[in-house]
Amino acid sequence: MRIADKFRELKAKNEKALIVYVCAGDPSSEDTGKYVHALVKGGADIVELGLPFSDPVADGPTIQAASDRSLEAGMNPDVYFELAASIKEQVPLVCMTYYNLIFRRGVETFVKDCAASGITGIIVPDLPIEEAEDILKACKAHGVDMIFMVTPVTDRDRMQKIFSKGSGFLYIVSRLGVTGARADVARSTKEILEKVNTTLPRAVGFGISNGKQAAEVIAAGADAVIVGSAFVNIIASQDNVEERLEQLSRELKTGCSGQ
Amino acid sequence: MQKPTYGRFGGQFVPEVLMPALNELEEEYERYKEDPEFLRELNYYLTEFAGRSTPLYHARNLSKKYGTKIYLKREDLVHGGAHKLNNTIGQALLAKYMGKKRIIAETGAGQHGTATAMAGANLGFETVVYMGAKDVERQRMNVYRMELMGTKVHPVRSGSMTLKDAINEALRDWVTNVENTHYLIGSVVGPHPYPMIVRDFQSVIGTEVKQQIMEKEGRLPDSIVACAGGGSNAMGIFHPFIEDTDVKLLPVEAGGCGMQVQGKTAMHSASLGAGEEGILQGARTLILQDKYGQILESTSVSAGLDYSGVGPELAHLAETGRIQPGSVNDKEALDAFHELCRLEGIIPALESSHALAYIKKMADTGELGDLVVVSLSGRGDKDLETVLKVKTTASEEKL
Ligand SMILES: Cc1ncc(COP(=O)(O)O)c(C=O)c1O
Repeated sequence: MRIADKFRELKAKNEKALIVYVCAGDPSSEDTGKYVHALVKGGADIVELGLPFSDPVADGPTIQAASDRSLEAGMNPDVYFELAASIKEQVPLVCMTYYNLIFRRGVETFVKDCAASGITGIIVPDLPIEEAEDILKACKAHGVDMIFMVTPVTDRDRMQKIFSKGSGFLYIVSRLGVTGARADVARSTKEILEKVNTTLPRAVGFGISNGKQAAEVIAAGADAVIVGSAFVNIIASQDNVEERLEQLSRELKTGCSGQ
Repeated sequence: MQKPTYGRFGGQFVPEVLMPALNELEEEYERYKEDPEFLRELNYYLTEFAGRSTPLYHARNLSKKYGTKIYLKREDLVHGGAHKLNNTIGQALLAKYMGKKRIIAETGAGQHGTATAMAGANLGFETVVYMGAKDVERQRMNVYRMELMGTKVHPVRSGSMTLKDAINEALRDWVTNVENTHYLIGSVVGPHPYPMIVRDFQSVIGTEVKQQIMEKEGRLPDSIVACAGGGSNAMGIFHPFIEDTDVKLLPVEAGGCGMQVQGKTAMHSASLGAGEEGILQGARTLILQDKYGQILESTSVSAGLDYSGVGPELAHLAETGRIQPGSVNDKEALDAFHELCRLEGIIPALESSHALAYIKKMADTGELGDLVVVSLSGRGDKDLETVLKVKTTASEEKL
């Protein structure tokens, strides 16, 4: 499913989007399939499937540990695309990974494999627009959205360039730092949402972990919230995982409706 | 919009949040690198604090043994005991001119961390150094040295707990504190403009060599040999000679204990010689990686060469044939270490011992020519524990 279709569907229902992240293959491909099902059942609208990299510089300890577990269990891009193809939930799947894995497979091949396995968006945290020509070309050719990030230190000029390159949604990093669950909502969230003037849906991520934070972010004007580490923490606990994923997903989705 | 690169290599593969900082760094560097006040101050520190210029020393006994005239560029005599301070003084001064309050750095053996601590203390920065937990264990004296100078040393427990992971953690800190912090990278690696800035600050080595060899010999050397981990002492000594195509430029990488790969680990650190093209820590360069692009851990007896990547400019120069990479293994490096101690009364760093070992390896081929300059990038006092340990295990194995 394409990301734009999902946002159109939500708009018709007057809903905001919940975007969730899990690390593929943590702790196994089979589990990831079940977890995605639970998350979507709870209300997730878009699923980011992390393809783990040995050196994830944009990630905090939670996702670093998940990447290690998954790699240790044998995850690699071949297995990853099989897993993606096996997921039949009616939501857009987004691949989140670091550039060396894409470069190594061949940019064109990687994007083609995404499209063939039902992935319709790509996020690469270590690929700024300056280095993205190749992947943008491949994405265009294969009908995949390339999603870029803006941050509290991105100035207006740069934002404009980023808006013109990206598609799908705009990933707004609400605070300086790496991924990881936090208890509060960054004060910069509202400021940055006011600066962001784009027709793309505006999704806020980094640090969101509960329904209350989700509601605050939506109230500040976002079209979507992105939650990762909070789910990865549940997975790491190995305790009643599916039920708790579904519960948190529901809580966050409810938060997205401003409740 | 693409930034200057070295052929296909280089670039800026970093999180969006760092792009403004890299752009600012590039602009400020372009401004200050020709600013008379900045250059005057830099020169003051290099002379009065670092102790430059360093001698170009004719190693008579070594020359006699290998039948070629060998000069050692004595970077071991720089304050701190290695070439690293040339770069940390330069960058710390730049950070001061840029109005930053805090500097962070990664370190493997602790040499770059120590040089950062020195510059940081002297120029009044809050200084934080990331160091793999394994290296903290292996290099306790350097940790203590840094702490004495007021630097906070953060042990890094992720990944292989060595240099590569320390860089990752420093990048994570920078992403978080980018507004008041300068990341002081220790080699010619990372995203543009770092490979250029570090090369420029280290080029003082080659500039001095050029002048000194003309004074002593009235001609340029036939070859210049330097060890290469990230490649900063190599680029520093090579750079002023790039256009002098008669001078052979020979970087020497760590061959570790063999060229094979075991599981997630390469038994060597020879990214120029055996690496493949990829993206690591901000740059497109040659790296040690598996078939999917996961980064392999590297191996070397010398912590300063134990790294899975190499500077992008070196990758480019190797591809165009301007430099010819070679490698020596742990044992060859250790032999060369002992040899220099005995023949010249100089204790070389294990890193620099790789360059010395290459002389021994190549002397008979005639490849080096009649006049050779070796970058003696550092002194070996920091390595005594390692050397002692190797010696003990070797004699135990004989029993
Ligand atoms: C004495 C010495 N030489 C060489 C190196 C390797 O660094 P580079 O390749 O950047 O010169 C180090 C690094 O710690 C070092 O301490």
